[in-house]
Amino acid sequence: MNPVYYLYLAALLFTIGAAGVLIRRNAIVVFMCIELMLNACNLAFVTFSRMHGNLDGQIIAFFTMVVAAAEVVVGLAIIVSIFRTRHTASVDDASLMKL
Amino acid sequence: MSFPLLTATAVVPAVGAIATAALPAAKRTAAKWLALLFSLITFALALVVAFRFDPGAGAPFQLTESHAWIRDFGVRYELGVDGIAVALIALTTLLIPFIILAGWHDADPLEEATPNRRWRPTQGFFALILAVEAMVVLSFEATDVFLFYIFFEAMLIPMYFLIGGFGDRAGRDGEEEAAGRRSYAAVKFLLYNLAGGLIMLAAVIGLYAVTADQLGTGTFSLQQIVEARTAGTLNIGTGTERLLFLGFFFAFAVKAPLWPLHTWLPGAMGESTSPVAVLITAVVDKVGTFAMLRFCLQLFPEASSWATPVILVLALISIVYGALLAVAQRDIKRLIAYASISHFGFIILGIFAMTSQGQGGATLYMVNHGISTAALMLVAGFLISRRGSRLIADYGGVQKVAPVLAGTFLIGGLATLSLPGLAPFVSEFLVLVGTFTRYPVIGIIATLGIVLAALYVLVLYQRTMTGPVKAEVTNMPDLRVRELVVVAPLIALLLFLGVYPKPLTDLVNPAVQHTLSVVDKKDPKPTVQVNAVPGEGRHGHAANDQDVEAAK
Amino acid sequence: MENLIALLVAAPLVGAALLLCGGKRLDRTGHWIGTLLAVASFAVGVALFADMLGRSADHRAMHQYLFSWIPVGGFRADVAFQLDQLSMTFVLLITGVGSLIHIYSIGYMEHDERRRRFFGYLNLFLAAMLLLVLADNYLLLYVGWEGVGLASYLLIGFWQHKPSAATAAKKAFLVNRVGDMGLSIAIMLMFTTFGTFAFGPVLAATGATSEGKLTAIGLMLLLAACGKSAQVPLQSWLGDAMEGPTPVSALIHAATMVTAGVYLITRSGAVFNAAPDAQLAVVVVGAVTLLYGAIVGCAKDDIKKALAGSTMSQIGYMVLAAGLGPIGYAFAIMHLVTHGFFKAGLFLGAGSVMHGMNDEVDMRKYGGLRKYMPVTFLTFGLGYLAIIGFPGLSGFFSKDKIIEAAFAKGGTEGWILGGAALLGAAVTAFYMTRVMLMTFFGEKRWDPKETHPHESPKIMTVPMIVLAVGSVFAGGLFSINESFVTWLEPVTSFAHGHSPVSATTVTASTIVVLLLGVGTAWLMYGRKPVPALAPRGSLLTRAARRDLLQDDFNDLVFVRGGTHLTTTLVQLDRSLVDGAVNGTAASMGGLSSLLRRLQTGFVRSYAVQMLGGAAVLVAATLLMRGV
Repeated sequence: MNPVYYLYLAALLFTIGAAGVLIRRNAIVVFMCIELMLNACNLAFVTFSRMHGNLDGQIIAFFTMVVAAAEVVVGLAIIVSIFRTRHTASVDDASLMKL
Repeated sequence: MSFPLLTATAVVPAVGAIATAALPAAKRTAAKWLALLFSLITFALALVVAFRFDPGAGAPFQLTESHAWIRDFGVRYELGVDGIAVALIALTTLLIPFIILAGWHDADPLEEATPNRRWRPTQGFFALILAVEAMVVLSFEATDVFLFYIFFEAMLIPMYFLIGGFGDRAGRDGEEEAAGRRSYAAVKFLLYNLAGGLIMLAAVIGLYAVTADQLGTGTFSLQQIVEARTAGTLNIGTGTERLLFLGFFFAFAVKAPLWPLHTWLPGAMGESTSPVAVLITAVVDKVGTFAMLRFCLQLFPEASSWATPVILVLALISIVYGALLAVAQRDIKRLIAYASISHFGFIILGIFAMTSQGQGGATLYMVNHGISTAALMLVAGFLISRRGSRLIADYGGVQKVAPVLAGTFLIGGLATLSLPGLAPFVSEFLVLVGTFTRYPVIGIIATLGIVLAALYVLVLYQRTMTGPVKAEVTNMPDLRVRELVVVAPLIALLLFLGVYPKPLTDLVNPAVQHTLSVVDKKDPKPTVQVNAVPGEGRHGHAANDQDVEAAK
Repeated sequence: MENLIALLVAAPLVGAALLLCGGKRLDRTGHWIGTLLAVASFAVGVALFADMLGRSADHRAMHQYLFSWIPVGGFRADVAFQLDQLSMTFVLLITGVGSLIHIYSIGYMEHDERRRRFFGYLNLFLAAMLLLVLADNYLLLYVGWEGVGLASYLLIGFWQHKPSAATAAKKAFLVNRVGDMGLSIAIMLMFTTFGTFAFGPVLAATGATSEGKLTAIGLMLLLAACGKSAQVPLQSWLGDAMEGPTPVSALIHAATMVTAGVYLITRSGAVFNAAPDAQLAVVVVGAVTLLYGAIVGCAKDDIKKALAGSTMSQIGYMVLAAGLGPIGYAFAIMHLVTHGFFKAGLFLGAGSVMHGMNDEVDMRKYGGLRKYMPVTFLTFGLGYLAIIGFPGLSGFFSKDKIIEAAFAKGGTEGWILGGAALLGAAVTAFYMTRVMLMTFFGEKRWDPKETHPHESPKIMTVPMIVLAVGSVFAGGLFSINESFVTWLEPVTSFAHGHSPVSATTVTASTIVVLLLGVGTAWLMYGRKPVPALAPRGSLLTRAARRDLLQDDFNDLVFVRGGTHLTTTLVQLDRSLVDGAVNGTAASMGGLSSLLRRLQTGFVRSYAVQMLGGAAVLVAATLLMRGV
């Protein structure tokens, strides 16, 4: 199978993720969309790795996973603590830090 | 390898700064003594430097140290001193002990504040002073442009904290407001000097690019660049040279400060405590004028000549403008600050007059101005600490109550107005003569400065010290022993250097000749040849001896 | 012998250092130390004088080299002394009159708690003044020049608690600084022209120099002389300087310091001789001042200020004479010396009167004092006769010669100058007679209940007597065989003037105008009682009381104008110079507050911005690659 199709899939997933980040207000959903974008990137990396015949892309994909995992930990903690204090998970309500 | 004397002179105060800062909060007095001890050791080292230095030796820089530092960019740890640097290092290291002694109680925590582990203002104050000293000394020693730049900029940080963090006690009510003004002054000082420094950084990088382009390997070494220039291997284009010169000069003119870049100085000197004000004007600012002499002129001789007319006019404006503004000030410290602006005008005038009298005078001026301003400003500080006000109008008749204080204040003032017999006269007259021989009109206008200086000094003295005794000053104590220990040596030095400045001129003259030869300028010759050789100094003396014999 | 020269300066300098740094310990002995050192300096002066007299006229100059002061490039200034006949004359005058006034001050300042400091300042003055006349180059002279200015500042403002004294001191220093500017420019001109500013080489090289350069140097020296010697247009400080203690007025503002300008001009004779334009300026200044001072002296009711006007006028005579060239130098110095005697005597007399009158200075509150203070009256009277040029007394010989020399200038100039000098002599006779009559004659205008006039103690009267003796005999002594002129000739050179008027005519007319002046004064102040309150007076009198409006002019132009200028500059500094910088800072702030609006705080708008940014970057990369 032509590996380019994987790239199309990655692009599609990324677009869905990006649109979700821009459109949805619920922090959890935004978060899932970000994960989607990251995974789209991973897919693209792995595909490129396959196309070029070296392992660089796969290694980067591992890095991305690690970063994503760390991000999930920190991000979810923030979201939970915001939800606890403010009883909402809407990202638009969390704009108090601006001057 | 011989003992790295120059490094040691800078390392000792740096170590002192760390040691002082590390002392626990309760050991305030120990911190003071420790700082004083380290500053005295530094002064002793500077004296060793001065005695090891041989003015007669041919090499422009002596006691040199050179180590590779950042190989990729050709940055070297290169130190070396000429006569000018030796004189200024001696001045700096001499003044720091007096500054520390004068500021003995300036950083004591307020009574109500309980000392704790984090809040140690006294240790911080003295550590910062020593840190400034280390960096100033290094910037006098550095012969690598990049190395110089680092210390030139780095000294801003401790200075920022010294200006912003410590001020005169304004009393309970005014404390908040004073703190606001203080931080404004400190930020202004920092921004002005950073702006100057960044422009200089661009020029430093530009210089590296030019040398890398033409010499193959880029270098920041002053000596290498000067040698390459004279050998003809380095030929910076006219336009590039001028731009680079302006980049360097701008930074130094801010630091010096030259009109119209002066407005940070009155605020910084006015709001900080008087020892810090002395540190600014007598020590840190001298780096600016020193660097003009060492870097601007030697790196870019042609551009320097090109810019001379404009710079001379700006210096002239500084002289007259600073003096006129000093006359109108109501605040003692701001008055002294504007007087300093006027004096820096003289220094820059002397440097760019490009005569041996002008540049020799300018170097002497840097030293003498340091001592005279220190004397005047520190006594003013003692006065201010007694009454808790900087306003001239709050004083009157102090002479009657505290005659010694008034007397030392007058001597400091007389030094500021360049009374003959005191050191500043020698340097001011040399600058004037040096300027006059090449630019008579500018020289004549600059002499106006001596009348205006008399005006602001005497008006200040009259309003604060003479007249009926004001109610608030009736119980003012006279100078204490510690204060006398600060002022008396400074006054003695002013007198000594006024009567016998030869040690200083001998030290400085060869360096000035070297600078002039790099710039390729010669002193104008007198129009009339006089029979007696002016250099002999004892013309007619021998003849008179014979006459005496004959008479007998 | 010449190694003793430095001792002349050193003795009073040591005194000044001791007394000013010695502290309270020396309060009880300080005045004796000061006086002793002044007298010691005088003794050294006399010894050197005796040595000098023992040599032939051409070998009298002595020189002492101490050390190299400021050597920078071609600029060489040495600390070296030169003692020739001219300096010697001054040394004897300064140390002699100085010692007398030290002695007098012991009595005069007896009740002042700061007497030690007073003597310290007096010693400092002596040292500076001696340095001035002994220096062998202009720069060292400048040190003495400003040194005496400093001493004068300290002494005028000695009673600092009085605001008027502090102001007067400041004014004196400032006006003098304007003159000093002239001296420093002159030195700079000399250095650029000759490459040196030592007397010997400069004065020897005048022949080879263009007249324009010499005129410039001469005019600058004249400016300096005007400042120090209170000549028009820099005369305004002298009247106010009378705020100082009276011995100071006698020593500094009559006998010695104010005559430094005459010394400078005479010393630089070679420059002026070769620059006729500068010389003309000198005589004009001299002639104008001698009339100016005389007119001011006529209107003052303050005894010291009247004498100050007289001093100004007499120095005008000296400057006039010095401006006449070789025909006048010697007479200028001769008048300077005799004036030193009689004017110091007059001031000491005035001080003695004030001492007995509770420090009252208004002559309208004196009257009939000759009975109460016989010694003062006698010595003051002799000084008076000397200054008006009563035949046979000192002033007669010296002033007469100057008037004669003025006529000898020749041409219209000669007539104008001679006329001015004669007129001055008449006015001198008038105002001095006025002072004499208002103080010592007429009725008492003081309240016997409050004031008890009495003669001063011996320690004050003895110096007055010595000075009176000098005022009587000095002029005659100097004129025997023209001994004074011959003495000075090797230094100042001398030429006999050829007057269009014969010497006898000049002398006769001098005596006639003198009688006229005395007669007018007697008609106005002697024949009828003096009103205790000053009448309104004519326009000229009123103007003269205000120093011919000089102060009003200065106040209007320099003080008000200067204040206006500085306040404007302060505002400009804040609004324009600092404003430009602050403006840059403010516009940066404005820009960033605009940019701040982009930061809405909504996460999703940031996300859009990131996306947009990424898109722009990608587009830019693609464009750059030319796709």
